Amino acid sequence: MKNHRFFGLILAAALSPGLASAAGGSGYVEDIEFSFEGPFGTFDRMQLQRGFQVFQEVCSGCHGLKFVSFRELGMENGPAFPPEQVEAIAALYDVPDPDGEPGDTRTGIPSDRFPANDAVGAPDLSLMAKARAGFHGPSGLGINQLVKGIGGPEYIYSLLTNYTGEDVEVAGNILYKNETYPGGLISMSQPLWGDDVEYLAHGDENGTYTPPEATIEQQAEDVSAFLMWAAEPHMVERKEAGFRNLIWLIILSVLLYYTNKAIWANIKKKS
Amino acid sequence: MGHIPQDHYEPNSGIERWLHSRLPVVALAADFMKFPTPKNLNWMWVWGVMLTIFLVIQIVTGIVLVMHYTPHADMAFASVEHIMRNVNGGWLLRYMHANGASFFFIAVYAHIFRGLYYGSYKAPREITWIIGLLIYLCMMATAFMGYVLPWGQMSFWGATVITNLFSALPFIGEPLVIWLWGGFSVDNALLNRFFSLHYLLPFVILGLTVVHIWAFHTTGNNNPTGVDVRKTDVETVKKDTVPFHPYYTIKDLFAVAVFMVLFVIFVFFMPNYLGHPDNYIEANPLATPAHIVPEWYFLPFYAILRAITFDIGIPFTGIVIIDAKLGGVLAMFGAIAIMALAPWLDTSRTRSGRYRPMFKWYFWILVADFFVLMWAGSQPAEGLVPLISLLGTIYWFAYFLVVLPLLGLIEKPLAEPETIEAAFDAQHGKGESKDSSGAVATPAE
Repeated sequence: MKNHRFFGLILAAALSPGLASAAGGSGYVEDIEFSFEGPFGTFDRMQLQRGFQVFQEVCSGCHGLKFVSFRELGMENGPAFPPEQVEAIAALYDVPDPDGEPGDTRTGIPSDRFPANDAVGAPDLSLMAKARAGFHGPSGLGINQLVKGIGGPEYIYSLLTNYTGEDVEVAGNILYKNETYPGGLISMSQPLWGDDVEYLAHGDENGTYTPPEATIEQQAEDVSAFLMWAAEPHMVERKEAGFRNLIWLIILSVLLYYTNKAIWANIKKKS
Repeated sequence: MGHIPQDHYEPNSGIERWLHSRLPVVALAADFMKFPTPKNLNWMWVWGVMLTIFLVIQIVTGIVLVMHYTPHADMAFASVEHIMRNVNGGWLLRYMHANGASFFFIAVYAHIFRGLYYGSYKAPREITWIIGLLIYLCMMATAFMGYVLPWGQMSFWGATVITNLFSALPFIGEPLVIWLWGGFSVDNALLNRFFSLHYLLPFVILGLTVVHIWAFHTTGNNNPTGVDVRKTDVETVKKDTVPFHPYYTIKDLFAVAVFMVLFVIFVFFMPNYLGHPDNYIEANPLATPAHIVPEWYFLPFYAILRAITFDIGIPFTGIVIIDAKLGGVLAMFGAIAIMALAPWLDTSRTRSGRYRPMFKWYFWILVADFFVLMWAGSQPAEGLVPLISLLGTIYWFAYFLVVLPLLGLIEKPLAEPETIEAAFDAQHGKGESKDSSGAVATPAE
């Protein structure tokens, strides 16, 4: 969908510079160096755990995570919570009970999914990091996505950190000014203010873990990383498989190149 | 099976003779694989095999995806997420299938433009060309309907925009759209029929592919010189050709492996780059995305659709014969239909663009035009975009309706080589072995 913009780059260079600026809806998006970017990037386990904490203590009040199962929180390449902690997290939620009457709930177990949350009409966050593009440039061509990534987590980070603090009333609803949100007015009030959650130091098999300070930026970055993982839990597995496939395909290509050369040698002979 | 003399399979052992006299299937396969193929084919002749391989990849991954997908408006989106998260290797199947569609189209555009440059559409290969365009139409229908199946926002709104195109037809338009939808809006009925057709059409493509190959095995492959293989007898044919296997099986496999490297980079490291983020939002009939765009491979024709922004009628009377919407629809379908007429619109007696100094220029402008239209289709229709789309559309039609007929009359082509053998020897030197099959036994002397 975006590589048409790649071809467009050549044209845009020839045509007037203002021509292609129309595409790309959202406002200011800051480029963050996330640990999972690039072909070698992996998730930072402690960051995902912190991000989950922000999601659970702040976001989940209004937002659901309905496609994610509790057991995924224990995934090796994800937050990798130990099994008993996954069970404890699942037990915090009431989920629909398929064996009971419609509307009945029971305590969650790891195989359950996070319950949907549409109490105030806030969007589900399971796929949010893949459902937004942060980068559209240069000039709406989208080439920078090849370098920076599509920019979903950056969009979430920027949205959370770019409230101006002003609000306006539109048709009886309070809307909040935000420099990242398309149109600039968002119905979600500023959710992060700094120290919204308490990052705890704890012992780990690698020694004592000292968490960073829970600033707005740190929390926003952590929850953005967590949501990227939630949207693409098999990312690390995918990249590892990518290298295996790339290596054998390159070897196969080299072998086929020489096979082809050898087979044609008798036909293509300079006399 | 063709009209080109070739060595035929001879059953040697008892069991082979037994089978051959009852069902000559080995002969069919062996003669097919040994088909005499011009020995001067360049790298632009690898796309046919590439397309076949991608068709197989799409069918195999698709069949497995169907085992886990639920074609229902309330469950489709969740079932795709189920595939992505819970099905073993499900993310790989889906990313291969989604990116496979894009790579299928990269290959088909290369294949079509190769045909246009080397005059592969000209007599006697008109049928091959037209079958090819039918395959391309089926591919577009299949890809479009496949994009609807995840039932994301772009799925839903893309389906809404494209099915609404039919409402532009006079009189029957509105009832036709309701009939297509199976209701009064894009909903579950449409999703179900798209799913059914998305599963059916690839097998139609497979059947058409067999006919496509049958057709050019009857006429023989075109080649970069456009000069025909001399068909007097088997020995003369061997001077111009090599058996398809092993010469082109290995060459094409090498090309496939290299193309697969690019495919793997997309599937494993940037699987969503060619997709649209909005399709990770579940379909919502009440919220229209700010900017509805089709997949990249439809953009040139989408630009042509949007290029017609004016009504066509009788001047100064205000009588409208074709309104802008119908004009756009006709232009879009016409842009593809016009390609089917190329064999008769092209008046030049020289087949290959290699020997046509003026044609080359117009051809490369057509390629550039294709990319300009692709870019224009991706942009919101404002500013200069509609004008650029219109100019691009005009050139697209002018290439087929004006340039191809006129060039044949005014252009002075360069001299073609006498034979394929002469052209090949001039480039590579004369092979020592006259019997090309000898190369198999001693490949690396």
